[in-house]
Amino acid sequence: MEEKILEVRHLTTEFKTGKNTAVTAVNDVSFDLARGEILGLVGESGCGKSVTSLSIMGLFEDTAGRVANGEILFDGMDLTKVPKKQLREIRGKRISMIFQNPMSSLNSCMRVETQLIEAIRLHNDLSHGEARKRAFDMLAAVGIPDPEQTLRSYPHQLSGGMSQRVMIAMALCCEPEMMIADEPTTALDVTIQAQILELMKKIRDKNNTSILFITHDLGVVAEMCTRALVMYAGRIVEEASVLDLFASPVHPYTKGLLASMPRLGADIRDLTSIPGSVPDLSAMPKGCKFAPRCPYAAAACREAEPELRPIPGANGRKCRCWLYGADAEKEANV
Amino acid sequence: MTEPIVSVRHAVKTFQASKGGLGGKKKFVHAVNDVSFDIQPGETFSLVGESGCGKSTTGRLIDHLISPDSGEIWFCGKDISHIPEKEMRPLRADVQMIFQDPYGSLNPRIKIQDQLGEPLLLHTNLSQGERLKKVQELLRTVGLSASHGERYPHEFSGGQLQRIGIARAISVNPKLMIADEPVSALDVSIQAQVLTLMKKLQSQLNLTYLFISHDLSVVEMISDRIAVMYLGAIVELADKRDLYARPIHPYTQALLSAVPEPDPTIKKDRILLEGDIPSPVNPPSGCLFHTRCAYCTERCRQEVPEARDFGNGHMVKCHLAEKFAGK
Repeated sequence: MEEKILEVRHLTTEFKTGKNTAVTAVNDVSFDLARGEILGLVGESGCGKSVTSLSIMGLFEDTAGRVANGEILFDGMDLTKVPKKQLREIRGKRISMIFQNPMSSLNSCMRVETQLIEAIRLHNDLSHGEARKRAFDMLAAVGIPDPEQTLRSYPHQLSGGMSQRVMIAMALCCEPEMMIADEPTTALDVTIQAQILELMKKIRDKNNTSILFITHDLGVVAEMCTRALVMYAGRIVEEASVLDLFASPVHPYTKGLLASMPRLGADIRDLTSIPGSVPDLSAMPKGCKFAPRCPYAAAACREAEPELRPIPGANGRKCRCWLYGADAEKEANV
Repeated sequence: MTEPIVSVRHAVKTFQASKGGLGGKKKFVHAVNDVSFDIQPGETFSLVGESGCGKSTTGRLIDHLISPDSGEIWFCGKDISHIPEKEMRPLRADVQMIFQDPYGSLNPRIKIQDQLGEPLLLHTNLSQGERLKKVQELLRTVGLSASHGERYPHEFSGGQLQRIGIARAISVNPKLMIADEPVSALDVSIQAQVLTLMKKLQSQLNLTYLFISHDLSVVEMISDRIAVMYLGAIVELADKRDLYARPIHPYTQALLSAVPEPDPTIKKDRILLEGDIPSPVNPPSGCLFHTRCAYCTERCRQEVPEARDFGNGHMVKCHLAEKFAGK
């Protein structure tokens, strides 16, 4: 069994919407991340994938959000309980994060050099000169052709791909054990996306870094990850190895998502869509959250919500669907 | 061959980027650089390329939202490149646009039925009652119900808003529809709904689409012919099947190989391009792609490649195209 770096148990995150009201953005989410693994977290906008990552990082200070329940064990430590000071030492040093929009995640009034050196010196006992040397090496490592020039630049002088490389360099500069990448290539063009994905794989191979890769793009998941979680309406609806997930999706939502993906070599007639749209967090349907859009939904699906249950004998696969359970029971009875 | 609905001939458009002054030189962004193509009635013609390649500017040139610096744009047999707005007015109903951000293209303070009725008020002689009836019919055509007309934009989801944008565009029976990244802001499950709707409407209403997108898989699904743009120029133009089966230009090849495939069993030989897209303020000499091209020769650095025809309208701008085509 490989060593787990992160274990999330029954994580529930709420956002206050009024004096006594709150919406649940993440509901009873549990998963593990092994060392050196790239785990995909897929779903459409509003499904709670980003909130999951913010919960792990504890980035809800001064917002309406809070972790209402559950534990986040990082290397055995519960991140929801550790004191703030200790959390600050872990964040940036042992866990780092890459955000979707590199332009707005960098400080536009500070040179790249200042920002990188600040991050390095915050966590390491290095002189300014040593830190600058490390920043230079990091930029070279992420494939920036002229690190000296880039160090002296301001973020607006860099292209989207370049600033994302700077972000990755910053995330890497303390050699973290785990990286959370929240849609790291969504804002980039395909040719640049290919470069960045290649770079992240290389980093994983070299440092054995664990990566939690959050994206809405199933193509990127297929390329990057070994295992994936599919989220819908704040819940994990399916968990599987990437090979299994694409070869034989089990949950109707995953099936629908895969069928609605435009892919090279396909015709528009092959494209099927999922009817309707994602339910509002404040007006969730009773029962299975996907039932209103599900072509297979039965009366039972609208009554009670299914659990995320392991699929017997299927290599750690899990699915949250009444129908799957029913089938399995039927098969067991036969 | 039928007469094309749109003909673009050597269109060039630059925007001033800096005023110069104090002995400095004026700088220009070369947004569209000698672009020529035809769109046939009833087809879906796509412009595809990465950000800043000039695909949206080309769309705006055809809609006469901006005028070209040089070159000609013909729409339905009329040169519209420099006509005054007054003469363009009667043609406006024939060209309609769908935009990327469906929420941003609707007025948040006007009811949907009034927004949909406005093009009808401008371009037709229908009475108020007839307009309302037509609006309700349009809403049903795009898969919404008539009662949705009473609502305001914030009450809809992104996919529904894009349907409303489409309803507004088809309300005046246009000949040409320019769709600028119409599904980029939508989730995949919704994206498929909108694409299928667009395809259905095309056959029902005999529409011609100019489809602008950065997403090669979406473009492949919807298009008949595709032009690949890079730094303001069309580098390859071909029938959909030709382009995907036999991409000739090194940029098209790299672009296609960079698309992530939703199938983990496929291991692609990825062509990784070096570096970034050069600035359109200072485009490279010779072939625009030479700074990132793996096959670049001395000639590519100096000489601008001419368009070469590889049969069946497959046009490529590359000095080494014969070599790649033979491969």
